[in-house]
Amino acid sequence: MLEFLADASGNLYPARMQMALSLGWHIVFACFGIAFPAIVVFTEWRGHRRGDEALTALAHKWAKAMGVLFAAGAVSGTLLSFEMGILWPGLMGRFGEVFGFPFVLEGFAFFVEAIFVGVYLFGWNRLSPRAHMLSALPMVAAGVVGAFCVVSANAWMNNPTGFRLDEQGDVVDARPWAAMFGPSTWAQFVHMWLAAFMVTGFLIASVYAVGMLRGRRDRYHRAGLLIPLTVAAIATPVQIGVGDWIANVVADNQPAKLAAMEGQYETTSGAGLSIGGVYRDDELHYAVEIPYALSLLIHHDPDGVVPGLEEVPADERPPVNVVHLAYNAMVGIGLALLVLVAWYGLVWWRRRRLPDTAWFLRAVAASGVAAVIAMEAGWITNEVGRQPWVVYGILRTADAVSPAPGLGWGLVAVVGVYTVLTAFTVVVLRRLARHEDTPAPQERP
Amino acid sequence: MTLAETVLGAAFAGLIAYALFGGADFGGGVWDLLAGGTERGHRVRDRIERSIGPVWEANHVWLIFVLVVLWTGFSGAFAAAVTTLYIPLTLAGFGMIARGAAFAYRKSVSTPGMRRFFGAAFALSSLLTPFFLGAVVGGVASGRVPPGIAAGDVLASWANPTSLLGGTLAVLVCAYLAAVFLCGDARRDGEHDLADAFRLRALVTAAVTGAVGLAGIAVLHADAPLLFDGLIGRGLPVVVLSIITGLGALALLLVRRYTVARIASALAVTAILIGWAVGQYPYVLLPSLTVDQAATGHTTLVALLVALGAGALILVPSLAYLYVLFQRSVR
Repeated sequence: MLEFLADASGNLYPARMQMALSLGWHIVFACFGIAFPAIVVFTEWRGHRRGDEALTALAHKWAKAMGVLFAAGAVSGTLLSFEMGILWPGLMGRFGEVFGFPFVLEGFAFFVEAIFVGVYLFGWNRLSPRAHMLSALPMVAAGVVGAFCVVSANAWMNNPTGFRLDEQGDVVDARPWAAMFGPSTWAQFVHMWLAAFMVTGFLIASVYAVGMLRGRRDRYHRAGLLIPLTVAAIATPVQIGVGDWIANVVADNQPAKLAAMEGQYETTSGAGLSIGGVYRDDELHYAVEIPYALSLLIHHDPDGVVPGLEEVPADERPPVNVVHLAYNAMVGIGLALLVLVAWYGLVWWRRRRLPDTAWFLRAVAASGVAAVIAMEAGWITNEVGRQPWVVYGILRTADAVSPAPGLGWGLVAVVGVYTVLTAFTVVVLRRLARHEDTPAPQERP
Repeated sequence: MTLAETVLGAAFAGLIAYALFGGADFGGGVWDLLAGGTERGHRVRDRIERSIGPVWEANHVWLIFVLVVLWTGFSGAFAAAVTTLYIPLTLAGFGMIARGAAFAYRKSVSTPGMRRFFGAAFALSSLLTPFFLGAVVGGVASGRVPPGIAAGDVLASWANPTSLLGGTLAVLVCAYLAAVFLCGDARRDGEHDLADAFRLRALVTAAVTGAVGLAGIAVLHADAPLLFDGLIGRGLPVVVLSIITGLGALALLLVRRYTVARIASALAVTAILIGWAVGQYPYVLLPSLTVDQAATGHTTLVALLVALGAGALILVPSLAYLYVLFQRSVR
């Protein structure tokens, strides 16, 4: 083990795991950075408008939680900006001039968000209600811009545009603005932006569902469940449609990724949609197949031709099992969440109340963790599905990793640091939920 | 000034802002560490917490800003530096996590044991993080980072006399800035005894910093001759400016003119950093990679400049609003 970690040629695996852990951790908090300000300020606005003390109190509590979550997101994001260069110098050193630019814009967006999260929390009782609510709007805008910029950088890695390579393979004629708007950017951004609202909405709703299951059914808890659940209920059906859009973008631009998502080896017309199963020896075993469904989804034609993994050389294929199962998990959970919000929507539309059964609350209580798993599975599909490339078709991940000796120890350290950080974040959020007087990090006691 | 130098200058301005604002935050943590036992240090810690609570996150975005401008505008040199110096950078990154999380969370826990644990994590990482960042600067400034990915020695690049000097000076400067800034904050809130206590800390730290700086001349002469030549050559006026403003700040502290002392102190620290830049000019990576050689393509640099200009239009008023809001309000 020790020799493995000190051996520079073994840097690829620990570096990938370190990046996956750091990104996978940060993205949960980034979701709150994107979606939570809008939900909190909406609740505050309703509270003022209706003179509803419960809503104002709810907004204040959420604002404090937002402060804690923002702090966790800020520190984990700082480490990520180190890791991009430390772990992947072959990517940043060679292509930084092409796709590094959106991170600069994101830097400004994050700056604005950090400033106004301070203003918003600090100004709770110091600014007029109008000025206070206005101070949240830069956060909302910065969340959108920041998400777009970071996702556009990732979309560039999937479909690199905005530069040429000369005969030595050096980047010439870099056009960073063009690189931000490649074929995947819009679909990936909308998908992630909606995912942020689903994760945030379902997670907060799940907290209050647990409270209601324990018998706390006052107006405060009901509103705490209704507002975020309604946000998630609006985002979920739209997300299913966007999922179809992004699958088509992947089919057009990254056929090997799509084939891995579906566990499809042979190029097939009238391809069926395979669910579950194990991919071994160029074949998917034990899967449930829905005939013609894949061709229908991709080409909106039952006889459409879907290219399989056989189209790409063996050393350019992603690991199929991880991608296929992660993709299935994302879609499966997404559809289950759709059923849940349809149930909620239907009962609300007909009776103007929540479904009157503990099973509904139990389902909502589970929905938060489920939404996080779906989002992580989506990112695994996206990232592992791009392998062995870090810049699709141009730079292999193995050629981008730093050869520095001892790099593998970073993974051990990051696992330790994030374990402790996760434990403390949970402790603090629980305390925040239980004690009214707990101040947020940005507040003065 | 070439386009590349302008962009690098903007990144350097971000670094100066980080040193002044982020540095003062780190320094606050250092004084938290040295405040004594729970009972005795309570008021000092409380003062520090009130001063940096609302601004610490914004203050630390400056570093991210510097990193992203460098990796976009000077991709190759950036990759060379962060891979050779990955150990102190990773440790600084962990320090930032420990520091940010501990500071944010310690308010939200109630048991004395937890509070003490978070307080210790906050204070200790406030000391170690600027040390590692200063060590990184020392590695670059002493020419120990060759161009090329992980081409330098991953240990000797930061475990060397200049890095030790850089790290020590970074911690001292942070502590000094924090003490000076806290003088004004304490007086504004009517805590005159605390203001005097921080004034004493500022004066002592200034004396120590000056002594280390003098000793540093010998270190640089022996260990970083290229930087040394730059400092006593082209950089001499800036070095002299730093000394004059530093002495001026001391005089202002002695007569309790805290607001002007802040400005003079900030100027002195800025001059030190500019001295480093001038001493190293025109090289990004000593002894041979110049700013223009390290810069990326023209289109990217123009895009960066446009983005930096437009971003500053949004950022500067927002930051001004933040600081005015907090400085104006008394508790």
